[in-house]
Amino acid sequence: MADVTPIRTPAEQALAAAYDGARGTLPGKGAVASLREDAFKRFDAKGLPTRRVEEWKYTDLRTGLRQALPLAAPPDAAAKANAKDAGAVFASLKPRKLTFVDGAFVPELSDLTPEAGLSIGSMAEALTKGDAEVTAKLGKTFETDDIAVALNTALMGDGVVVRVAAGTALQRPLHLVFVTLTETSSFTRSLIVVERGAKVAIAESHEGVAAQVNTALELIVGDEAEVDYYKVVANRGVHLGSLMLSAGKRARFDTFVLNHDVGIVRNQSFVRFAGQHSKGAMRGVNLLRAEEHVDNTLLIEHAAAHCAGREQFKAVLDGESHSVFQGKIVVNPGAQKTDSKMMTRALLLSDKAEADNKPELEIFADDVVCGHGATAGALDPTLKFYLMSRGIDEAQAEALLIQAFIGETVEEIADEGFRDAIMNASLAWLATREVKP
Amino acid sequence: MSLLEIKNLHVEIEDEGKKILNGLNLTIEKGQVAAIMGPNGSGKSTLAYVLAGRPGYAVTEGEILLNGESILEMEPNERAAKGVFLAFQYPVEVPGVATMTFLRTALNAQRKLRGENEVSTPEFIKMVRETSDNLGIGQDMLRRGVNVGFSGGEKKRAEILQMAILQPRLAVLDETDSGLDIDALRIVSEGVNRLRSPERSMIVITHYQRLLDYIVPDVVHVMAKGRVVRSGGKELALELEANGYAQYTDEAA
Ligand SMILES: Nc1ncnc2c1ncn2[C@@H]1O[C@H](COP(=O)(O)OP(=O)(O)OP(=O)(O)O)[C@@H](O)[C@H]1O
Ligand SMILES: [Mg+2]
Repeated sequence: MADVTPIRTPAEQALAAAYDGARGTLPGKGAVASLREDAFKRFDAKGLPTRRVEEWKYTDLRTGLRQALPLAAPPDAAAKANAKDAGAVFASLKPRKLTFVDGAFVPELSDLTPEAGLSIGSMAEALTKGDAEVTAKLGKTFETDDIAVALNTALMGDGVVVRVAAGTALQRPLHLVFVTLTETSSFTRSLIVVERGAKVAIAESHEGVAAQVNTALELIVGDEAEVDYYKVVANRGVHLGSLMLSAGKRARFDTFVLNHDVGIVRNQSFVRFAGQHSKGAMRGVNLLRAEEHVDNTLLIEHAAAHCAGREQFKAVLDGESHSVFQGKIVVNPGAQKTDSKMMTRALLLSDKAEADNKPELEIFADDVVCGHGATAGALDPTLKFYLMSRGIDEAQAEALLIQAFIGETVEEIADEGFRDAIMNASLAWLATREVKP
Repeated sequence: MSLLEIKNLHVEIEDEGKKILNGLNLTIEKGQVAAIMGPNGSGKSTLAYVLAGRPGYAVTEGEILLNGESILEMEPNERAAKGVFLAFQYPVEVPGVATMTFLRTALNAQRKLRGENEVSTPEFIKMVRETSDNLGIGQDMLRRGVNVGFSGGEKKRAEILQMAILQPRLAVLDETDSGLDIDALRIVSEGVNRLRSPERSMIVITHYQRLLDYIVPDVVHVMAKGRVVRSGGKELALELEANGYAQYTDEAA
């Protein structure tokens, strides 16, 4: 390709300017600074992804991100006070809250009481100190040249660094609470290391004003470790969330993401089964209306034999909303006996809504079971009539059928408390739904 | 006043324009049990659906009055609240909607539309338990989604359970006997007979005289080609059993 300087959009120019202006003050020098520099160069060379970039085909960030908002300033006392009750979606689980306001970690709003086997620190501090273990791991969980991840690496401000020591079963879930109070942009990066045989539930929620949130989590699931990860995005503006996950031997992980009342969301997961005999399930539900857009994109790499992957994503689409699912399963040579299945279902409640589904299988081993399936359709009028013929009004009949549709996926959540929390959030969304005659 | 009066009802399939009911007249008195018999495709189920308000049918002429009030413009749920109940010829499975939730939502929705109080949880549970015991419906079935995994006969029983809970004024039973074994036929018929009352009318659509030995009708109507072509007492069913429908299909032509 010819070596031309592409025309930059205002957002690309603003992001470059933000990096230029902040690079002197962003946490970390030396190795961290060069990591940022490399990442920025990747962005600088490619620009924001357009629909011509295969992985971003249905979420054109060049048009979606018309302008880049200024980097968030640290929250003041008033902002912190306003964020006190954030994270209500998981409050019933009485989790250990770790709160971020406009991307900055707020220890006063976080529960840092010690627990055996658990260490929690700030990513900004770790970067500033040049923490050897953190810098050694950062960006290595799943290497990717994805642009949202590159921007995150270039501009990462704060986040948490969590270590759950071998054999520890955490008593309470961790809850990363993200709340935006200003229309700014923030770049958070967290690293969670769950060591051999440890067990932990991690929740993450996003709420607040329409901001631009770029958040990345590197999650290292050790041998025989068990991790449940639940994420709820209920944030207008633009949300770019990246999960980089690597699982060791005989590990188990289950992830769930619920998106509702959003602007533009991209949840991308880069997952590697790095050790044999592990099981991983990834699920999600999108509840969308108006012009909301959610893109769940998975890249699942089976690098070791005898692992099982299950992916199930559902979307309920009203108005002119748009739901995207892209799932790519890669089975490396030698990853025999891989058992990996993907399923997506879209419930179209409006003929102006759109659901796109792009499954891909790249299989380089011969003794595997891999598959994918997808359905898209409207509510079944026969079922709706059956319910209404018993006296249930149209809105409630639809609500029951929608609830049943998402229930199929939500019911897969093994933990009752999280299952109820996710279902209640879904029901709250349903209760605000308007039924057109 | 009659409970139900259907006058000169003409119905066609929306979009297709295919005509199914052709000037049907039918009157059902309060407390009356009327059997409707007739050959396949004569429009019996269509009549049942049109009464219940299923979308997809266009009423091009005629009137349906329930207690003197036209129900044609009413939504299916409004008709249900007015007392119309249809036991489906083919009850559908509704996965993911728990039977108890469904029954309770339906009952309370009807009561709300009628301006009545919601039923309390203990009262409701007691009501369901008694009725389901009588119909031989196990508690495990009630824990499943509506009709999910039920056999054909179990689905029919479940329809009668719903009817017993919802206590309609006008119950339309569309081939409730089909697919039932001999014991189930007796159980279901007993369930229906328990619900007979001067306040409740029933339209029993069937192909078999045998059901009418259990649920003895006050009157029998014969439908052919989209209208009622003959009405008589319960002995009419025996006559049909012996002679078939040939004379009616020819007459109506
Ligand atoms: N949705 C539809 N589209 C096209 N034709 C229909 C539709 N519904 C019913 N019909 C036709 O209308 C006619 C009457 O059907 P209906 O189901 O009412 O008959 P029925 O008397 O209940 O028959 P059976 O005794 O077999 O149950 C049939 O010819 C049927 O094919
Ligand atoms: Mg029929």
